Amino acid sequence: MLIKKFMLVALCATILATPAFAGEEHGGAVYHTFRLETGMGGTDDSAGIADWDFDGWIGTDENKLWLKSEGERENGVTNQAEFWAMYSRNINTFWDAQIGIRHDTQSDALTYGVIGFEGLAPYFFETAVHLFVSEDGDVHARIRQENEFLITQKLITQPYMEANLFAQDVLELEVGAGLSSAELGLQTRYEFTRGFAPYVDLKYERKFGKTSSIAKSNGEDNDTVVGTVGVKWVF
Amino acid sequence: MIKHAAKMLAIVGLILGFSTPALSRVQEYSLVIDKEIVNITGKPLKRITINGAIPGPTLKFTDGDEAVIHVTNNMKEDSSVHWHGLLLPGAMDGVPNFNDFPGIKSGETFTYRFKIRQDGTYWYHAHSMAQEQDGHYGSMIIHPQNGDAIKTNRDYVVLLSDFHEDEGNTIMSNLKKSSEYYVYVRRTLGDFFSSVQEDGFGKAWKNAKMWGAMRMLPTDLADISNYTFLVNGKTPDQNWTGLFKPGEKIRLRFINASAMSFYDVRIPGLKMTVVAADGQPIEPVTVDEFRFGVAETYDVIVAPEEDKAYTIAAEPIDRTGFALATLAPREGMRGKIPEQRSMSLLTMADMGTHHNMSGMVHGAHSMRAMDHSKMNHTGHNMDSMNHTSHTTNTTGSPAKDFVTGVPGSGWANANMPAGQKALSYEDLRYAGIQKDQRMPEHEITVRLGGNMERYIWTLNGKKYEDSGPINLNYGERVRLTFINDTMMAHPMHLHGMFVQLENGQPMSKLPNKHTVIVAPGDTYSVLLTADEAGEWAFHCHLLYHMMAGMMNKVVVARLDDTQVPVQSYFPREQKMMDHHKHQMKNMDHSKMDHAQMHHGNHDMNSDMPAMERSAHTTQQQDRAGGYNHAH
Repeated sequence: MLIKKFMLVALCATILATPAFAGEEHGGAVYHTFRLETGMGGTDDSAGIADWDFDGWIGTDENKLWLKSEGERENGVTNQAEFWAMYSRNINTFWDAQIGIRHDTQSDALTYGVIGFEGLAPYFFETAVHLFVSEDGDVHARIRQENEFLITQKLITQPYMEANLFAQDVLELEVGAGLSSAELGLQTRYEFTRGFAPYVDLKYERKFGKTSSIAKSNGEDNDTVVGTVGVKWVF
Repeated sequence: MIKHAAKMLAIVGLILGFSTPALSRVQEYSLVIDKEIVNITGKPLKRITINGAIPGPTLKFTDGDEAVIHVTNNMKEDSSVHWHGLLLPGAMDGVPNFNDFPGIKSGETFTYRFKIRQDGTYWYHAHSMAQEQDGHYGSMIIHPQNGDAIKTNRDYVVLLSDFHEDEGNTIMSNLKKSSEYYVYVRRTLGDFFSSVQEDGFGKAWKNAKMWGAMRMLPTDLADISNYTFLVNGKTPDQNWTGLFKPGEKIRLRFINASAMSFYDVRIPGLKMTVVAADGQPIEPVTVDEFRFGVAETYDVIVAPEEDKAYTIAAEPIDRTGFALATLAPREGMRGKIPEQRSMSLLTMADMGTHHNMSGMVHGAHSMRAMDHSKMNHTGHNMDSMNHTSHTTNTTGSPAKDFVTGVPGSGWANANMPAGQKALSYEDLRYAGIQKDQRMPEHEITVRLGGNMERYIWTLNGKKYEDSGPINLNYGERVRLTFINDTMMAHPMHLHGMFVQLENGQPMSKLPNKHTVIVAPGDTYSVLLTADEAGEWAFHCHLLYHMMAGMMNKVVVARLDDTQVPVQSYFPREQKMMDHHKHQMKNMDHSKMDHAQMHHGNHDMNSDMPAMERSAHTTQQQDRAGGYNHAH
């Protein structure tokens, strides 16, 4: 349902934005980039994993509608699903400032306000930093960085890191204040074309601090290794 | 009595007829722009054709002709044709939304009419979206009225273009997804380890770190790859062939009609004598090769002596293939194809010294060793300098860089074998005497900028849609100083007027150019006499740079009643006269060719630059606005 709504928003934005700027041939045109990764695999606990990661924008060089969605299904049950829509404004050569909303359907149905930055840090670190305020007033942040190394022009390996930090305990989400969780991964893809690249992804996830304790007290591991095989589409 | 009057009328009519341009030869062409399936790379693709072919037909004219060109647009989208390098009224220049030209709508026919007032090799192409990439281009040859001064046995157009399996608009949107979308020469881990082996870890690491810190790529010589390079629409396999008999002289009219590709052009075994640059005659220079910027043209003379095939090899600077053609005594022959040279890597020098000195306009050349021996100070025409010494803000000197490419430039390194001679901009000497030898009244700095991360390209930090126009007064002489803050070369093209390249030659010998390559990190200056009223596009001729915003509008004060009210015009003219009053006694009226003024505002008498300018302004106004301001 929400996915449908999300797609509808994207479609409307496309339709609205395009004619308004048609004819702006020399720097004012509307473009878009959408990336979708869908993978399947498992964890070290032999659970079946399916995940998706969608990221993209439509707009001009300066003003963009930025959409994101990511989620994970474990043994047929969706345990994480996020849908973001942000206004993204180019603020300098390498950075955009963003503001918008994020709605999660899982693990808990929650809506957040989002503010953040996304861009390219020195040494080619693709970086995204976002701050979230939930409808309940809880605050947390997420930072993600990735880089790329070319083994050949088409075989590309991409290390990435993500960390979540909470300003307070959020018991509904089973997280504690401070660094709650982080992941470190390596995705290696073969770009048949820029638009189509099968990949192998291996990541290590770990919970920290109070979040780790909560997990342990629930009888769960505080870390997992997730391996997936998938396809990256860029369109 | 009536008979007598009729006779008189006939005679008068005859006289009038001969003295008006109405009797000049009308040269008429029809061009039909369409989208058709073409098969160039072995894959059938829908592309733009002109009269059914890529490239379009060669349009031939003679100086003085009345050109009448009917252009029919059979495509579903708007189109246009721009006559590249031609002096013509702004409304005929073919840039949509400039000079009230609406473009050519789907299904419509637009008739271009203008008087030809120059000769040489030129070309035409779309000025709408990315149509130029998709096949919308062709060549133009204008012969002098009395035949070409250099007699040759053969005369061939060699039009280079870059064909892609992706349509131009697709390429543009892909570049917006990632500026590296088409770059398949990025540094790999293997390249890094090779550098470690060659230079040691410290140096390799430092180098990689430097590029990484800037978030730039040393392999960024070209934005697009996977081009098929064509000569007169033919692939290397199809091998366009120009026939000759040994001992004949051949004029080759090289036109770089590529969307994005610079080439190094050579014909192994033959010396090329360059006789024209951008259609304008230069004193002959004999070279082994020349670097060929997008949208430039060069006429070269070759004289093959042997009964064998010679290969015309144009190698793109990112070394991703060749545009190949053959000069042969018989059809079906093929000469030796040269080996592909290695691609140069960009260096720190290509970044230019002005990167660290923002605001220091002259930073680039002040750092460089000046070669005063190459500066012909006497040639600067002290006479004309005295004439203009009253101008308050005359700027001192041109950028002192007379070759394309900064010292140590990776971009400029063509990997040419030792002992060979490549054409340099400093070699270009106008074959005539430049009519306007005034020093510029002021200088306009044009900083070439870019953001590779987002594929944004700018002039003075602004995209076209955000920039105001550059306003020039009719008749004024200005210097445009290009400062390239990017690591790519930009072929800067001004519509409607030639600029004089300040290449270290004397003022009277500065070559005319319509397109000037500004190398990475380089500074280059040109002089411009703003003697064509109208709105003129001024842009980087790399198609996707222009589309991304690297364009501006130059407005030369249009002197018609819709733009400038009558009352405001005359006082201004009066002021101008007063301004130059002190020169009037120096004027030699015998040298003023009033007849010439009617068509040749480019045909100026060099002895009285400023004053005569004023006279011309008046003439121009007579034509444009219908005023009667006798002088």
